[in-house]
Amino acid sequence: MLSAEQPRRPLLRLATAGSVDDGKSTLVGRLLLDTDSVLTDQFESLTRASSRLGTTELDLSLLTDGLRAEREQGITIDVAYRYFSTDRRRFVLADTPGHVQYNRNTVSGMSSAEVAIILVDVAAGLLDQTHRHLAVAALLRVPHVVVAVNKMDMVGYDAEVFTRLRERVVDHTRRLGIDEVTVIPVSALAGDNIGVRSERMPWYDGPSLLEHLEDIPPVPLSSIGAARLSIQYVLRAAHRSYAGRLSSGPLRVGDEVVVLPAGIHTRVAGIERLGETISQARPGESVEVSLVDHVDVSRGDTIAALPAPTPRDSFSAVLCGVSDKRLRPADHVLIKHGARVVRGMVVEIESGLDVGSLAYTPNVESVGGNDIAVVALRLAEPLPIEEYRTDRTTGCFLVLDADDGTTVAAGIVGVPAAAEMVNVEAMSTSGTA
Amino acid sequence: MTATHLDHLSVLEAEAAHIIREATAESERPALLFSGGKDSAVLLHLALRAFTPAALPFGLLHVDTGHNFPEVLTFRNGVVAHDDLTLTVASVQQWIDDGRIAERPDGMRNPLQTRPLLDAVAGNRFDALFGGARRDEDRARAKERVFSIRDALGGWDPRRQRPELWQLYNGRRRAGEHLRIFPLSNWTEVDVWSYIVRHDVALPSIYYAHRRQVFLRDGMLLAPGDWGGPVAGESVTEKSVRYRTVGDMSCTGAVESTATTAQEVLDEVSISSISERGATRADDRVSEAAMEDRKREGYF
Repeated sequence: MLSAEQPRRPLLRLATAGSVDDGKSTLVGRLLLDTDSVLTDQFESLTRASSRLGTTELDLSLLTDGLRAEREQGITIDVAYRYFSTDRRRFVLADTPGHVQYNRNTVSGMSSAEVAIILVDVAAGLLDQTHRHLAVAALLRVPHVVVAVNKMDMVGYDAEVFTRLRERVVDHTRRLGIDEVTVIPVSALAGDNIGVRSERMPWYDGPSLLEHLEDIPPVPLSSIGAARLSIQYVLRAAHRSYAGRLSSGPLRVGDEVVVLPAGIHTRVAGIERLGETISQARPGESVEVSLVDHVDVSRGDTIAALPAPTPRDSFSAVLCGVSDKRLRPADHVLIKHGARVVRGMVVEIESGLDVGSLAYTPNVESVGGNDIAVVALRLAEPLPIEEYRTDRTTGCFLVLDADDGTTVAAGIVGVPAAAEMVNVEAMSTSGTA
Repeated sequence: MTATHLDHLSVLEAEAAHIIREATAESERPALLFSGGKDSAVLLHLALRAFTPAALPFGLLHVDTGHNFPEVLTFRNGVVAHDDLTLTVASVQQWIDDGRIAERPDGMRNPLQTRPLLDAVAGNRFDALFGGARRDEDRARAKERVFSIRDALGGWDPRRQRPELWQLYNGRRRAGEHLRIFPLSNWTEVDVWSYIVRHDVALPSIYYAHRRQVFLRDGMLLAPGDWGGPVAGESVTEKSVRYRTVGDMSCTGAVESTATTAQEVLDEVSISSISERGATRADDRVSEAAMEDRKREGYF
């Protein structure tokens, strides 16, 4: 039973990704079932639906695949969000589909995740889609990566099969620059190592998936830790204050800050948190800030503590295409960074990533729906961007279609080390499949 | 809780305020869908806080089924007067009286709300509507974006949704399209009640246990009223009940309860083994995809 202390549990954001038929929906269903997150009427509705679709066993994927087309075709179309909790943590899970054409959903789910859970079918091994999911997790710098090796029941819970696959995962993730990966042998269908440790794999002495998720330490979005506040709204009342969500910090009353892109130095006169006066704001809080000096601040400006970034109007970035539209050199676009939208242009496409070989190759003509590429951008006005590797908030942006407003690409400021070696001989591709 | 770490309810509050401010800044004529229910009461409470000390930069829109609980209308009018808000009412009854829509054989009016709602959107040129819907309520809602784009006819196409990246919300749209904004997307029923406890949010009295004449239909405790219940064979008894959701009287059931404070309701909700909609909403029992079908047509 929940008590009054329950709201104090920290929140952890998860994203799952897997290939077709590797049992991801079953795994999510199992997580919900093992944390008592499935209520009686939902369980009954699941039993009814399972029998109508001709499955005798309880089809756990029906807990998550909610759209009519998904149930009829037995596939997952779109990102679904699920909520569950234990005594220690509250979880928000973005369940992303594995089909290639829905790859943009993997990017969406992982962009705000603190943990990526990537499913691998132990019999199928590492597929192209697995490589893609791991590459996206590395690119988006998801702080914790978990590879759940599923369907262990299909290989008789064999330690050797698992260990061989585990070595390949560790080798591959190391090449992707993922510092830490946790590999867990599971059977979502049979319930092994999901909620509780399995007795059928005595050779495995690590945690169950849920135990691991409960123990993972939260990682701040910024490694610099200096305050950054993108101003969303100017509040005009007796005094003027600037509203936004602090992405890194803390920010204290009296702190010296710079208003960007203007570059004007001033101090914080007061801070309120949704109307309540406070002396210090913490990262993640939505606040209202007033300044000592009369400075012209409007929506889209950034209030930054020192060291503050230098606004830039041309830079290189990695783009992940997320729509049907293709981006080509000289295309005019809109860039949304924080609360600011500016006009911009794709100057050149420097290289494209081949997710199978992890090599960046030159001579790429356009960036389409599932593509990942390094591009040079020029903006009509400078933005206080920072490297994504040091700040997951000020280092990201959206590329929007200037005409219809659709989101065309997800942008990451900076060039991955591997892309800087485009002209160097492509990396070896052996031993990854 | 350390100095740099927020508890999960604080994170949800900060996220909701961020969403409300972003959508308001990126639209010209927003409005907040206000039914007088607990989710819309929490949403309005958060919106007022997000713009303090300035006034709320938008008004309320109520799609009135004509089968409201009188306590809820009293509450709605009280909130509007107390916070000096503007209220637009789209009346389902008026549409029925005009003959533009027909009463359903089962008497349920929740499904009839869609057309008066879309008419109000067009007539008032609203380009963003805030709603209190949560993803944990239903499987179709679990798939909807925080910034959800609706086509010129108000329809939702789950296959045409924009990706939601980081905390960067995209409020751009083509002429004729409008946005539905769901700041409470990541909240659960327990979170809503935790917020009500923490911030002492006022609610209609029927959310707390009271003695009421009720009768049993399809496993739900319904209240007699002008809407047409009970019929012959349905016997009325008095029980101590409260409501978990408030909608159309014809399809909103009460639960037996003795909880008279928000904390007591939170304690009950925390151990309930039946979902909110499953317990109390007949309109969602029609089929596995009842909510998806209504949403595609432009429902909340």
